[in-house]
Amino acid sequence: MVLASTDEILEDLAFFDDWEERYKYIIDLGKELPSMAPELQTADRLVKGCQSNVWLHYEYRNGQLVFLVESDAVIVRGLLALVMSAFNEKSPSDIVAFDIDDYFSTLDLERHLSPTRGNGLRSIVGKVKSIAMSLKNVTDNAIEL
Amino acid sequence: MAFDVAVIRQQFPILSRDIDGSPLVYLDNAATTHKPQCVIDAISHYYSYSNSNVHRGAHRLADESTKAYEGARDTVARFINANVREEVIWTSGTTESINIVAHGIAQQLNPGDQLLVTEMEHHADLVTWQQACATSGAELKVAPINDNGELNLDQFQTLLCDRTKLVAFPHISNALGTVNPITKMIAMAKAAGALVLIDGAQGIAHGDVDVQSLGCDFYVFSGHKVFAPTGTGVLWGRQSLLESWPVWQTGGEMISTVTYQSAQWNQLPYRLEAGTPHIAGVIGLGAALEWLSRQDLDGMRLHEKALMATATERAEQFEGLRIIGTAKNKLGVLSFLIEGGHPADVGFLLDRQGIAIRTGHHCAEPLMNRLGVPGTARASFSLYNTLDEVDALFDALKKVRLMLA
Ligand SMILES: Cc1ncc(COP(=O)(O)O)c(C=O)c1O
Repeated sequence: MVLASTDEILEDLAFFDDWEERYKYIIDLGKELPSMAPELQTADRLVKGCQSNVWLHYEYRNGQLVFLVESDAVIVRGLLALVMSAFNEKSPSDIVAFDIDDYFSTLDLERHLSPTRGNGLRSIVGKVKSIAMSLKNVTDNAIEL
Repeated sequence: MAFDVAVIRQQFPILSRDIDGSPLVYLDNAATTHKPQCVIDAISHYYSYSNSNVHRGAHRLADESTKAYEGARDTVARFINANVREEVIWTSGTTESINIVAHGIAQQLNPGDQLLVTEMEHHADLVTWQQACATSGAELKVAPINDNGELNLDQFQTLLCDRTKLVAFPHISNALGTVNPITKMIAMAKAAGALVLIDGAQGIAHGDVDVQSLGCDFYVFSGHKVFAPTGTGVLWGRQSLLESWPVWQTGGEMISTVTYQSAQWNQLPYRLEAGTPHIAGVIGLGAALEWLSRQDLDGMRLHEKALMATATERAEQFEGLRIIGTAKNKLGVLSFLIEGGHPADVGFLLDRQGIAIRTGHHCAEPLMNRLGVPGTARASFSLYNTLDEVDALFDALKKVRLMLA
């Protein structure tokens, strides 16, 4: 999938000054996110979020993590698109190194990562990071051998 | 003084704050209500002037705090028309109150016995009874509702039998706003010989609870939903029952004599109140109910009805909105879904406009499943809300609908 890059998103969002335009843009980003086939939306792919359901599926190919995500709420879906612009089709080391909190605060969206928002976004970021971390550990160890 | 919402609002300092430049429109009163200045002052006065433990001190501060603390018990007893003040047990909230009753009843239940609840139960009034059944081998029966969210009284009657030991149901549903015909239901349950507990979490703030005329055995509520601090609550129960009710927690205050090997329990209300209580909170609860009692309660109820009626009317006219819970008798709660929007989206986009609602399953997951909805957006009203705020909600929803289109 060709999603906007983090730089493009930063540039675009800086352009809007009212919240409605910003969130319309985020909702539209979510619309561009490929949807996850219903048969992949299984309980084991469900990320525990409080209010809306979020599913995460991933594959590791050619040194890159490829993700599929889904949410039944459109704003969460848009925010997932933001997260994916940073993480999808990146190497585990790039993912581990990427400072998502900084990215979200530059976008002035840090409240969505705060622990009080029950939208599961924080859980999904944590999940992605830990998948990347365990793959990175495996490859790091392999190099040492 | 006649009910004047502007005067009421002035007494709630939080209502004058803003959210990102928009005035706060607080429509999450079923979750918790705000506190009037006099309640905040009562708490602050206790800590800054009389702070001390109750019942035990040999000094002036202890006298003062005990007087205020026990005075609050008198206030609650008057507010709900208890037979005697000893029937008012302090708890940490509705949840703990129900747990005290469930813990006690579990010891009296046998396999073959039944408990009866309804499909509109809050988890606090469901999981507790499930556990009482799990530990005792009794069976939990659930009285069905219709698609409007009203209890089916015929089926309720059918489910009552001589094995029904206790029946529990909400005064008002927190998720749907349904006002249950509790007087009738209590009479039906009493006729079957069962104990009756009313979950009054959403019922208490309307100021018309009279436990003697209701005829129930237990009425429970949380302080924080009636303008008092969190961490306070009441278990009201008939003296004859509470006198011998299995003790809840053991420790200081709840005993009369203690040896190294045994203890005797104190009398009511103390036998069910172990340890140092939430003194400041209880004093705040007393202040809150004193304050509420001073208001024009008939005027308040008319105002609350007008809020509900106006909100319902606006909701019915709003394209793409579906009201969840359309009982004939509703109060305080408007649950709804917006076409094409998950409740979480609706809640977020309203918050951006300064409007506070709650979204989700409202601690009533089985009810949401029963109604076939993933959850709802819920606006809930209190005496300080205005008809303008109802308008503000629907104006903001127009924007939400536009953004989600
Ligand atoms: C109907 C009902 N029952 C029980 C509770 C539980 O109250 P608390 O969390 O204050 O113990 C609530 C509060 O949400 C409620 O609305």
